[in-house]
Amino acid sequence: MDTIIETVNLTRRYGRQTAVTGLNLQVKKGEIFGFLGPNGAGKTTTLLMLLGLSRPTEGTATVCGLDPVRMAREVKRLVGYLPENVGFYREMDAVQSLEYVASLNGFEGAGARKKIEELLDLVGLGEESGKKTAAFSRGMKQRLGVAEVLIKDPQVLFLDEPTLGLDPEGAVQLINLIQTLNREKGMTVLLSSHNLHQVQKISHRVGIMIDGKLIAEGSIDSLAEEKFGLDQKEYSLEEIYMKYFQEV
Amino acid sequence: MQGLYAVFRKELQDHLSSYRFVILFALISMVSFITSYMAAVHMRENLEALASTRFPFLMLFSTPGAVFSMVQFVAFFGPLIGLILGFDAINRERAQGTLIKVISQPIYRDAVINGKFLAGVATITLMLVAIVLVISGFGLALVGVVPGIEEIWRLFIYLVISIFYISFWLGLSILFSILFRSIATSALASVALWIFLSFFVSLGAEVVANAVAPVDRQDEVRPEAVLENAQVKEMVSLTSPMVLYTDATATIIDPMRKTTRSIILMGPMEELLSARFQNPLSLGQSIIIVLPHIMALMAITLICFSVSYLVFMLQEVRT
Repeated sequence: MDTIIETVNLTRRYGRQTAVTGLNLQVKKGEIFGFLGPNGAGKTTTLLMLLGLSRPTEGTATVCGLDPVRMAREVKRLVGYLPENVGFYREMDAVQSLEYVASLNGFEGAGARKKIEELLDLVGLGEESGKKTAAFSRGMKQRLGVAEVLIKDPQVLFLDEPTLGLDPEGAVQLINLIQTLNREKGMTVLLSSHNLHQVQKISHRVGIMIDGKLIAEGSIDSLAEEKFGLDQKEYSLEEIYMKYFQEV
Repeated sequence: MQGLYAVFRKELQDHLSSYRFVILFALISMVSFITSYMAAVHMRENLEALASTRFPFLMLFSTPGAVFSMVQFVAFFGPLIGLILGFDAINRERAQGTLIKVISQPIYRDAVINGKFLAGVATITLMLVAIVLVISGFGLALVGVVPGIEEIWRLFIYLVISIFYISFWLGLSILFSILFRSIATSALASVALWIFLSFFVSLGAEVVANAVAPVDRQDEVRPEAVLENAQVKEMVSLTSPMVLYTDATATIIDPMRKTTRSIILMGPMEELLSARFQNPLSLGQSIIIVLPHIMALMAITLICFSVSYLVFMLQEVRT
């Protein structure tokens, strides 16, 4: 499989603090990559650098064959980013909110409207399309956020804590949606999450990041093998994660 | 460009449909209306005396009817329009988490700030043009004077200067909305700076002038001391955008005014000119007198916006 995201020695410092240290990451086209790590480990900073929204102090990144520092706009055309705690304009309803994002992507008119309807149905907000976003529940907001990300038909999805604060049912629905998008549209997904159970369920490979360093990368089976020997199958991702975490 | 246009359109929509715009517009049009009505009534009563003026139409804007004229009113309270349109431009989006979403779309980052600034300028333009047109129509009906071509030109230049003046305050409040994370802080900071620059600088100018170049009243007054005092005072007070604006527009809107300087600072020829010749200045001459003021006003507006632009582009997206 081709590599779609690659970083070489990617480093980001804020003054004296180092948020990301010498990150070498490879994500292959068409996979779901689970990005794990405690709060403040540098996951979001990495995502921002991959999008060209933050400048790396050192090192390079390549996303879809492009350098995010020089070609930020082209990268952002191909990559959909759902930030943690995504916000909405309170006075807009779901359709208006999507229309604004569509216009920022250069989609207007009847084509955009049709696409918006399809997306609202896809994320299950077809009924609520006329409601103001201020009245949306956390789960609805998250689904609307996903719809906004999908408007540009991205090749790659960056999802930062998409299931944070969702009820179990909502979380499962969202995880299923991500899996469907990956299978049917072949989207590469970079998923950062604390919910290890969900990550284990859908990820092809995972990376564990602690204190700005990527300390492990690979399929869940191979990580289990590394830590617990060959009879790995019964270990959950949670146990593997804790093992790595304790070692640091 | 697609991003700039999308942001511009959305911001303009927000401005025009927001309560604060409606309230502000209602307030300002009401006051302008009243001031020019007073001026018009005053003019109608004194039509005999005014028959000799060549530009009665402009007097609708420049004559203080009861308290102040429409031009003075814009000088005092115009900045509020700019401040109110801009003080939460960036920090509100940051607080509600929409800024990161917008700049992760395929647009250049400056589209956000350019779109917001341009939408503000468009709103200001709309407001001022509407008010000037309403007053003009009002004047036609009440006084029955028709503006000549030169008066229309003068009004046009007045509008351009006013748009720049208010845009300066818009740029300043946008800058504060970038610098301060809290909306209340940026609102307070911009209002504080407005009060300082508009009202305290002219008071302070007097104090500074008396400290730097005191005029000794006990002894015989030396003319040089008086001159120096006046120069310092003018220099300090010109740091206020309001003084710049008032000087510039007063000369543009009132052709009889031949200088922006006080009588002390006039040269002998200027004094002679204003004493002997009662003819109005031509438009070109009026412009030449206040060209430095106009240029300075445009320059501070552009500098202010450039600084906000730079700070915004260099700032981290995360908070």
